[in-house]
Amino acid sequence: MSPAIPILLALALGLIGWLAARGRAWALRKQVRAAGKDLHSLPNYHGWYVALWILVPALLFSVAWAATSPGLVLAHVLADPAAAKLPAFGFERDAILSEARALASGSTDAVFNQSARALVEPFREAMQRYTLIGTLVTVLLGLGGGIFAFLRLRPDFTARTRVERAVMAGLLLASLAAIFTTAGIVGSLVFETFRFFQFVNPLDFLLGTHWGPDSMAAPMQGVETSYGALPLFWGTAFIGAIIAMLVAIPLGLMSAIFLTQYATPTVRRWMKPLLEILAGVPTVVYGYFAALTVAPLIRDLGQSIGVTSASSESVLAAGVVMGIMIIPFVSSMADDSIAAVPQAMRDGSLAMGATKSETIRRVLLPAALPGIVAGIMLAVSRAIGETMIVVMAAGATARITANPFESMTTVTYQIVAMLTGEGSFDHPATLSAFALGMVLFLVTLCLNFIALSVVKRFREAYE
Amino acid sequence: MTNFHDLDPVDARIAARGVSVYYGDKRAIDNVSIDISDEYVTAFIGPSGCGKSTFLRALNRMNDTIAGARVEGEIKLDGQDIYKSGMDVVQLRARVGMVFQKPNPFPKSIYENVAYGPRIHGLSTSKAELDQIVERSLKRAGLWEEVKDRLAESGTALSGGQQQRLCIARAIAVEPEVILMDEPCSALDPIATAKIEELIAELRGRYAIVIVTHSMQQAARVSQRTAFFHLGKMVEYGKTSEIFTNPREERTKDYITGRYG
Repeated sequence: MSPAIPILLALALGLIGWLAARGRAWALRKQVRAAGKDLHSLPNYHGWYVALWILVPALLFSVAWAATSPGLVLAHVLADPAAAKLPAFGFERDAILSEARALASGSTDAVFNQSARALVEPFREAMQRYTLIGTLVTVLLGLGGGIFAFLRLRPDFTARTRVERAVMAGLLLASLAAIFTTAGIVGSLVFETFRFFQFVNPLDFLLGTHWGPDSMAAPMQGVETSYGALPLFWGTAFIGAIIAMLVAIPLGLMSAIFLTQYATPTVRRWMKPLLEILAGVPTVVYGYFAALTVAPLIRDLGQSIGVTSASSESVLAAGVVMGIMIIPFVSSMADDSIAAVPQAMRDGSLAMGATKSETIRRVLLPAALPGIVAGIMLAVSRAIGETMIVVMAAGATARITANPFESMTTVTYQIVAMLTGEGSFDHPATLSAFALGMVLFLVTLCLNFIALSVVKRFREAYE
Repeated sequence: MTNFHDLDPVDARIAARGVSVYYGDKRAIDNVSIDISDEYVTAFIGPSGCGKSTFLRALNRMNDTIAGARVEGEIKLDGQDIYKSGMDVVQLRARVGMVFQKPNPFPKSIYENVAYGPRIHGLSTSKAELDQIVERSLKRAGLWEEVKDRLAESGTALSGGQQQRLCIARAIAVEPEVILMDEPCSALDPIATAKIEELIAELRGRYAIVIVTHSMQQAARVSQRTAFFHLGKMVEYGKTSEIFTNPREERTKDYITGRYG
């Protein structure tokens, strides 16, 4: 019997309950209307009320049962005399058990380990029993809830308010899901970071200048010297906060000014979506654009101006392409904040005899500055968290240099490198990825927080 | 046809003849002719949407900033057609200043607000000269005593009435010939309104002033000439005293006695 059956049964019961309750409410309505009154709630609400009382307990139970019954089945099988012959060693034992389970549920019919055969029968029996129990309880819960709710239906029963409350509870749960997920992510990050700092001193990590973890080395070897993340922080800042912004800020700002102040509505209607397409290009596409097209160009350029160390993976290539990727962020934030400057301000300047560009330079940009700055901070936080472009174009060498033609590595690159290796999860090299992630998370969190509060204050100023 | 009262012959600073303003296909102003003199405050009155603000904005070409707006006819400032292609809008707006409905100081210091116009038009050659212009303008706008100790503070931190006087100071800092005021008191309380009205009386004679207002009492108090607009046409134009006591047109009479508006 498939585990989907209890759920289907619950749904069928719910439908029946809905129809029955609505029918009952219709009948009630007929009665009270004869007496010149009316129902408190429309018949549909009575239907939903009963259906919810059937579906919610039944479905909650099926979910809970789906989570617990495999454990019960296993306990039952292990209590069987056939299980006494199982090897004690965990890995082999688990393999045999899961093979027996697969055979019993019919998802496979070939068997590799012959000793699994003996356990098929106990498994099949236990599964049948527990599925039957689960289905019965589901149906009983649904029936119980439905009958309880159905008996409460009266002409003056406030079904509508109750259904509304249930809707609200459902929406609340949906929004809590996202919050709990975030909390869970942060929690795991904190936990693993803490484990990392048991190996490596936080100060050595934050201020050290040599980065060279070896996931194959003995866990405690070189922990004092090879986990200095400063080169990664510098690489991240150099690419994401300096070079990318040198590209994105002027281009983004100027396109925002053109689009809000100079473009005719037709031009704006075409150009704005085209610009926003940039934001929709997958970052991996930017990555190979950077690695295959831009990086060689920049290497040749560097060599032609006499930079002998110009490499085929360079900070400049990654930074420039990242800057291009960020343009839509800067321009749409700048666009919004320029548009939020009241028309009266522009008129005031124009009426003084200022030209369009004087008005933009002396009035609009200063007035929109807080919003523009906030947009830039969001763009920076996006840029330093960006991974694909730097993985493909910036290189893996951890070093501190100001030469943009050399290759350099970033925090995100090293997170990828540390987690995709062969290292085990209690080795400091692997754990360092979490500490790096934590730093990145805290920095972007701060940037976003500051940016959003700046935007908020700026919005209030013009209301 | 517009009903002109017999007016004393004056030298018109602004002479408008047969002016129509269109927003796209919609005609907002229909064939308006009027002379505006230096000596008087001229009030434009009329119900909402009658086109009085549109006509006011035509006088310094502020309608140019609205897409699809178009002006026909002729508006002469000192005998020079302001819609001729040779006319420099920047020059025109330096000569015809404007004060808006809602006070719109720039988010800069009080000093910088007033210095804005002189700076963009290069009216001063030294800091001392600029200081003088700022002080003189604030004095004329009746704001100097209130702000002289805090010129570096933001103009937007002032009260609404002070902001509006700051905007007037900003407008007169470039020594315009005409000041257009588009319902300058509609966002202000009665006390601030009284101050602005006093100020208008003081500025009269130095600049030609045109004021658009919703308040007929205000028109009666501050102006010597009144034009009544209705549905895009100028219905009647004459001495303020006559318009309010002895209107020639039925529609004017209905409006000022509060029958519609």
